[in-house]
Amino acid sequence: MGRYSVKVFITYKKGVLDPQGVAVEKAAHQLGFKKVKNVRVGKLITMEVEAKSKEEVEREIKEMAEKFLVNPVIEDYSYEISKEG
Amino acid sequence: MRFGIPVYPGSNCDRDVGWVIEKVLGHQAVYLWHKEGNLKGIDAVIIPGGFSYGDYLRAGAMAKISPITEAICEFAQRGGLVMGICNGFQILLEAGLLPGAMLPNKSLSFICKFVHLKVENTDTPFTSLYTKGEVLKIPIAHAEGNYTCPEETLKEIEEGGQVVLRYSSPEGEVSPEFNPNGSLNNIAGICNREGNVFGLMPHPERASEAILGSTDGLKMFKSMVEGVVKA
Repeated sequence: MGRYSVKVFITYKKGVLDPQGVAVEKAAHQLGFKKVKNVRVGKLITMEVEAKSKEEVEREIKEMAEKFLVNPVIEDYSYEISKEG
Repeated sequence: MRFGIPVYPGSNCDRDVGWVIEKVLGHQAVYLWHKEGNLKGIDAVIIPGGFSYGDYLRAGAMAKISPITEAICEFAQRGGLVMGICNGFQILLEAGLLPGAMLPNKSLSFICKFVHLKVENTDTPFTSLYTKGEVLKIPIAHAEGNYTCPEETLKEIEEGGQVVLRYSSPEGEVSPEFNPNGSLNNIAGICNREGNVFGLMPHPERASEAILGSTDGLKMFKSMVEGVVKA
């Protein structure tokens, strides 16, 4: 068994209005960061998973995403897996 | 008649719904703790508002995997009447009993105020006692009521008469001006294709006694009673 550290990134799908992103962009402009555009706010979930292989971790993440981590109507996700020792 | 009211950690409108069922209508309210997988022979379900599981991850995301919600899903699939109010609506969306999803309100604010709603479909067990086009005054109280769904779904629910309530002016005009949260087509409440599952953001239980400023919500509960008697 190995210990894997996982990062799951969740963002609103393209085309889904992100009210938080819009507010952050406005604030950035107000502070003088005029070149900033297309701000989107998402979620980062980190976790550790004990597994036999990276593939097993991948399966677990996909299943969790499907079951509850991600709402596929409005969200997309991606993940990074790295082995810890 | 026995109304089942699931109670999740963070539900806060369960007693208000129970009050209307028992004190105003004289029926029985059966509170169902989230860890129970048994509906105790109830005739209909009302999922109350609040912040189930603190709205962690997404509103309704945790509640959808609790034992009581699984039992409610089975009940709905057998044709049982299920109404979800506010967080209850969000739970029905997350559980896939209703199509679409909720985004944060366009204004990013928590909005708590009376709004006007146009009744678009009275051919449901939740609205049968209203007249089509009737305008109701019922309060909303939410931060995530900005209903959205894919374009094909929107077409399907619009054409199928699944849009039951829309935000409107006091005269029944539906336009962006009277949309409090940015929801698609001013949608405030929808039902499933079969018509036995209904979700709405406004709180009819807070508009069921004159002392609260409106009794326009009461007919939703009364419609359900008739719906069960007929079935």
